[in-house]
Amino acid sequence: MTMADTISSDLNSPDGPFWHRIQTAPIDCGAAQQWLSADIVGAAGATVLFTGQVRSEQGQVSALSLEHYPGMSEKVLAGLIREVAQRWPLLRALAWHRVGDMGAGDAIVVVGVAAAHRQAAFEACSCLMDRVKTEVPLWKKVSGPDGSDWVDARDADLAAARRWHDSGEADER
Amino acid sequence: MIRILFFASLRERLGEAEVTLAPAPELKTVADVRAALAARTDGRWAELLSVEQLLLAAVNETMAPPETAVQDGDVVAFFPPVTGG
Repeated sequence: MTMADTISSDLNSPDGPFWHRIQTAPIDCGAAQQWLSADIVGAAGATVLFTGQVRSEQGQVSALSLEHYPGMSEKVLAGLIREVAQRWPLLRALAWHRVGDMGAGDAIVVVGVAAAHRQAAFEACSCLMDRVKTEVPLWKKVSGPDGSDWVDARDADLAAARRWHDSGEADER
Repeated sequence: MIRILFFASLRERLGEAEVTLAPAPELKTVADVRAALAARTDGRWAELLSVEQLLLAAVNETMAPPETAVQDGDVVAFFPPVTGG
């Protein structure tokens, strides 16, 4: 498989501090961790990596399909990383999101950051993930024994993303 | 022309991924575009684009509230609340 097959469009390179991509190929979580840890100046004392996976609830979800708005999804993802990196002192940050068809246990998304200290890393990773869930134009459709249907947006996800707005400037460190 | 894209459940239920509208004096904003589509009497346009439906919009790949200005050559997208992650 060539790079063009695996990455639908924009890729801001592994050579920079930020790396986002939308991909149809399976996500390599090990590669994500390795890239975060490979901080060339050695200043990163902490990395946090979050992986979101396809969940199977009593065998109800046998397959999941993700649609996105090509062009806009990459742009929003890149913007979110930049915003989070302005709020917390990050050395590296990545967000890779898979689209297309996947099955139970597959990684849907990885979001990770490297920072000097763990608190900034935990908070930045959590904020980035909450905002990815509520701001990037991506939509899930699940298929089970009873057919397939689009997933509804959850109020809890919106509330989780909102708390990063509410806490505002006071949280800057 | 104004290009209009639809995504996810909205695209599926409309049976259309994309339509175009000729620019017109009454099409000044995202809300105007939505109202013009909802005025269509064929298919499920009136139901699926009515103001009752919770939909988001983007203009030229940037999230856009209903009052956002629209002009000739713009790409407007309508879609349901996002569910990635």
